Amino acid sequence: MVTVIDVENISKQFKIHHERSQSLKERLLHPRSGSTEVFSALKDINFTVLSGETVGILGHNGSGKSTLLKCICGVLQPTSGQIRLRGNLAALLELGAGFQTELSGRDNVYLYGAMLGLSKRGVDAIFDDIVAFSEIEHFIDTQVKFYSSGMYVRLAFAVAVNVDPDILVVDEVLAVGDERFQAKCVDRIRTFQEEGRSILLVTHQADQVRALCDRAIVLDGGLMIANGPVQESLRIFREHLLEDAVEHDRAGHQAEVAIDSVTTPSGSFDVRSGAGMHFDVHISSHTAYSGNFVMELFTRSGMLVSRSDAQGSPVNLKPGANQVGVDLAQIPLLDGVYDLNVGVVDYHGTVIAWKEQAASIQVTYNGREGGVVELGASIQQL
Amino acid sequence: MNDASAARVQRRSLENAPVRVVSARANLPTRLRNLWERHELLTSLIFSDIRIKYKNSTLGIFWSMLSPALTLGIYYLVFSVITKNGYPNFALYLFSGLVVWNMFVTAVNMATGVIVDRAGLVKKVSFPREILALANVGASVVYFSIQLSVLCLFLLALGHAPAWGFLWILPISFVALYLLTASVAIVMSAVTVYLRDMRHLMEVLLQLWFWLSPVVYSYQNTISQRLHDHGLTWMYFLNPITPIIMTFQRIFYVKTTVLSTNPPHPVIAILPTWSMSSFAMMNITLLAITIVLFLLSLTVFGRLEGNFESEL
Repeated sequence: MVTVIDVENISKQFKIHHERSQSLKERLLHPRSGSTEVFSALKDINFTVLSGETVGILGHNGSGKSTLLKCICGVLQPTSGQIRLRGNLAALLELGAGFQTELSGRDNVYLYGAMLGLSKRGVDAIFDDIVAFSEIEHFIDTQVKFYSSGMYVRLAFAVAVNVDPDILVVDEVLAVGDERFQAKCVDRIRTFQEEGRSILLVTHQADQVRALCDRAIVLDGGLMIANGPVQESLRIFREHLLEDAVEHDRAGHQAEVAIDSVTTPSGSFDVRSGAGMHFDVHISSHTAYSGNFVMELFTRSGMLVSRSDAQGSPVNLKPGANQVGVDLAQIPLLDGVYDLNVGVVDYHGTVIAWKEQAASIQVTYNGREGGVVELGASIQQL
Repeated sequence: MNDASAARVQRRSLENAPVRVVSARANLPTRLRNLWERHELLTSLIFSDIRIKYKNSTLGIFWSMLSPALTLGIYYLVFSVITKNGYPNFALYLFSGLVVWNMFVTAVNMATGVIVDRAGLVKKVSFPREILALANVGASVVYFSIQLSVLCLFLLALGHAPAWGFLWILPISFVALYLLTASVAIVMSAVTVYLRDMRHLMEVLLQLWFWLSPVVYSYQNTISQRLHDHGLTWMYFLNPITPIIMTFQRIFYVKTTVLSTNPPHPVIAILPTWSMSSFAMMNITLLAITIVLFLLSLTVFGRLEGNFESEL
């Protein structure tokens, strides 16, 4: 294992001009007008990424995750500290940022390839793969300005993933294209992982981190508040989202509702596949509150098995201790450990209280099926 | 699973891969090395710049000859036909100065706004930003070469031999011109990010600069005596493009003193009568100065580029 990205004490400060005076006249007439404020977007960030690792960077808007990514890609210079990179890096900060709309798709592939550090001969060698991946064979000699937005991003993604990077940096670009193309992109990322390349993925979709990453880093207000296993980081991320929401929550409900624990009558979370299950969620509340109850079940590899809520009938919490009973009529899951997340959200979907990994359900199964769910298949020759 | 791990072993031998460092400020040797490493990108950008410029015009790249030819025609009309300056072969004199000036002004004009115009790229893709300005300079080198070839054809058509003995100074002069143009282009591209008015100011400044350079008039014939009387000759030669223009004129126009075409045909001095060695010395000195200027411009650019992100 080789360290491919080594981030050492990175800080980045921005000067914010309150009165933007970019014209010469303004600068000459009022040289001191407008105050500048220094804003720290990143504060002393340290972490490393090993070869073959996929690391997710989580954080809500303004947490500094894009700034960090830009520093790593070399688009921004950090104010202090340094980043050491080993191997070549392809960054997808914005798909098609380097495209010249007046040029044809073909010319743009060469230009974009050169921007990502390829020689002309290098692009020649992968040109056919790029065109095949982007699925725009017929339009490759058309000017890019006539492309649909889907074609545009497909071509850009195709170039970036075909340049054979050692490190791929992806910033929330997987949310483009239709579902089929997205699946293709995720597939390509999986291939990258198998080939032992490193991937840095910025997103605020927790599901994507769970599905793709080995490790996750959480940023909040320019500070790194978590760097560890995905489950752990996601828990911290959710909790911080909550804490953050508390500050912005005028009604102040978040401070008042908390999920204490999840229990079963027997005290055990072991269940046989196909059997039913009952568990109780203990919620404490300071005031009367009416909201929606949500539960999620994940496999240990991070796949969402099921998400369900109280289906339109709200839970009415009274001041003090409350109990919500959840009945699972039948659990058709196969062998494995499943993590349970529970929470209360308001009617706009804002999380009021959340408990990540509130319980782990151990399912035992002794049938012949494999996978996650039992379909009860019976196969016979007709 | 075995296949995958085999592929892992076979691929990615990163232990020996070079380490790149992103830090607060890159020093000059690092900047130069980064620039050199991306010369393929520079070539790519130069040709895409040229292609885009002439993409939707019917005459295409032909315009890079046509528009200077028209400018030349206008100056010829004004100075030779209407005001009768009396310089024989005035078109040739104009042409040898204009190729130099055009190269400079085209690059500087394009580069002044290039970082602002391509903010989307600058904010999202990593590469040495100077390359954008250098691509503009590169494109104008291409136009310069085309115009220089036309100038050679012109000489051939007129049966006018260049000053063969001086020809070896031309490459030195050209490199100095390239470095001078690149320095101004690089600095202006960065300054415009902070002072957007630069673009408009530059148009006027370049006009002034043009008239301070001996392109459409002859320094020797018009102002040299008066400058000399006031001891201000050195001031005129502070303009670094003047020696380059004079060198080109000396090489292609050749004659230092000519017989006026205006009756009663007095002898007029058009170019300085300096010897070849003084021309050589002048150009070598200029080359040394422009090398320093170029390195200085990269340093200045490095200082300014840190805040591009927040200014764009």
